[in-house]
Amino acid sequence: MLPAAAFYILAASAVISAFMVVTARNPVRAVLFLIVTFFSAAGLFVLLGAEFLAMILVIVYVGAVAVLFLFVVMMLDIDFATLKAGSTGYLPLGGLIALVLAAQLALVGLAWVSADGAALQFQAPTPEDTHNIAALGALIYDRYVLFFQLAGLVLLVAMMGAIVLTLRHRDGVKRQDMHRQVNRTRAEAVDVIDVKRGEGIG
Amino acid sequence: MTTEMLLTDLRLMIPELMLAIGAMALLMLGAFWKGEAGAARLIMRLSIGLLILCAAAAVWMAGKAEGTAFHGALRVDDFILYAKTVIYLASAGALVLASKYLETERLAKFEYPVLALLAVTGMSVMVSSNDLITLYLGLELQSLALYILAAFNRDSLRASEAGLKFFMLGALSSGLLLYGASLIYGFAGATGFDAIAAAASEDGAKIGLLFGLVFMVSGLAFKLSAAPFHMWTPDVYEGAPTPVTAFYATAPKLAAMVLVARVLYEPFAAMTDEWRQIIVVLAVLSMAVGALGALMQSNIKRLMGYSSIGNMGYALVGLAAGTALGLWSVLFYMTLYVVGVLGAFAVILSMRRAEGMVEQIDDLKGLARTHPALGWSMTALMFSIGGMPFLVGFFGKLFVFYAAAEAGLWWLMLTALVFSTVSIAYSLRVVKVIWFDEPAGVFEPAPAGVALISRTAALATVALVPVAGVVLATAIAVSS
Repeated sequence: MLPAAAFYILAASAVISAFMVVTARNPVRAVLFLIVTFFSAAGLFVLLGAEFLAMILVIVYVGAVAVLFLFVVMMLDIDFATLKAGSTGYLPLGGLIALVLAAQLALVGLAWVSADGAALQFQAPTPEDTHNIAALGALIYDRYVLFFQLAGLVLLVAMMGAIVLTLRHRDGVKRQDMHRQVNRTRAEAVDVIDVKRGEGIG
Repeated sequence: MTTEMLLTDLRLMIPELMLAIGAMALLMLGAFWKGEAGAARLIMRLSIGLLILCAAAAVWMAGKAEGTAFHGALRVDDFILYAKTVIYLASAGALVLASKYLETERLAKFEYPVLALLAVTGMSVMVSSNDLITLYLGLELQSLALYILAAFNRDSLRASEAGLKFFMLGALSSGLLLYGASLIYGFAGATGFDAIAAAASEDGAKIGLLFGLVFMVSGLAFKLSAAPFHMWTPDVYEGAPTPVTAFYATAPKLAAMVLVARVLYEPFAAMTDEWRQIIVVLAVLSMAVGALGALMQSNIKRLMGYSSIGNMGYALVGLAAGTALGLWSVLFYMTLYVVGVLGAFAVILSMRRAEGMVEQIDDLKGLARTHPALGWSMTALMFSIGGMPFLVGFFGKLFVFYAAAEAGLWWLMLTALVFSTVSIAYSLRVVKVIWFDEPAGVFEPAPAGVALISRTAALATVALVPVAGVVLATAIAVSS
């Protein structure tokens, strides 16, 4: 009874806050609602018995990604109201398509039939005798090692992309060079100039 | 997983390992090599060599290596190895086209070949994927690298726009694909192709699986640039640097087509009648958009964009057959298409005047008089891509149409025939400009690599005709 109640509360808060993310006028508010969505999803993970994923979601998405979003939104000062101004023209057609899709989804949902033995085929059932992290590790570094490595390659490409598309080498920029600064000797730092009387430094 | 198991699995993915490790080694080399221009040139050459080595490895594996690796996540057989060989060679050709261009346009950075290698790794994983997760990771690896290459000329507004447009629509299509994949996983209970095939052969789960499949095919159609998911194609073709366009007009198209074919033929083989409807709609729309859109273009790169949309349509006609013959016809068609398009882009890359690159169709005026070899090459290539008898492109189309007719899709074949005649019209327009208009000026001499590819591809449109004839005759003999 209690898990069911918790599920409905969390699911409802996830859906409502996700809706608010899209409709909020103020972008800062939208990001805050996004954080609520992440928290609700983390709660759903806990209900499913995936505590580790729930914690990761909170730490990575709430702690890092959403806060980064918040910074970007605050720094860029985007006026979402003007951005959205043109979108009302597309509302009738877009809404109609969305409605048709939703109706189709509902029809399929009503006719939901899982294949025989689908539950048995689940590739990684929630483990009973070990904790989440050990179970995930055993899967990711053994059975799914290929996926893990491929995901690493995708991240490498993303990193290269960020560097290739944004890094610029500018000439004449003074940079700190610790090694050179520390190794400076008295001879190159201090110049003793013999100033002749009556002429000054010219 | 024991060491022996790991080694057996790794043996099946030798080309991918070579590519991934080679790309990372070259990245390190580039990062620590003194002097940017020298590093770019060296790494470009090494990458081309690596791709040719990979093609050799794939050829060597053919007939010897067959089976699945990593608990069924990856699959290797002769069909897949053939596709991989073509992908590696086409990518090597695209890099040859790029090397001189990048230097003259001040874009020579060592990241270009490294990103191209990573994109090829992605394509390679894509074509051998045997699991929805492998499929997605391969696709994403390939597309991310291509988005970056499209925006590689970051100081050009058009290239940045092309990259951004490509990225946005690509992200949307990945979303569609993932949504479909999650629905399929929900209905089948597994992500492996074999398990999905087992679930698809049962009656009860078909509606759910079909719903997921519709989303997945829509996502893949974006990558194929099949209508109605083609909007990005002409803009990206026009905006991206020409060698980048040449790169993704060839190998990624073939990889995406092979991927679509494998998804439809392996896990969803039991649902052929259902997915045929989707493919037929995509095919007819693509042929129409490609043929009619290409008639109105004045920019040769945009023309190639529309031509690629149309050609994807013809390939889908063969796919709609749903038979083994259809599968081979698609692969054959795509191979000939890749050769033709690579040659056509080599000609486009030769269009350099003293003031810089030009890319209008009108700039080709009188090419046959000013540069006879280039004029002949472009004529042969345009006719071959358009499907004019009796160049190889015609045999590719004939094979595809034969496969469709064999499967009883007569009206689809007739529709394709009509659009095929329309598509000859735009090739004729280019050929008319080349042969009958007053020369508009001369081009600078093309770099050796570019000239070699344009001549070889043009020769291939004629020289491959006997091969195409034999393939077609064998196919007809086997099927009847």
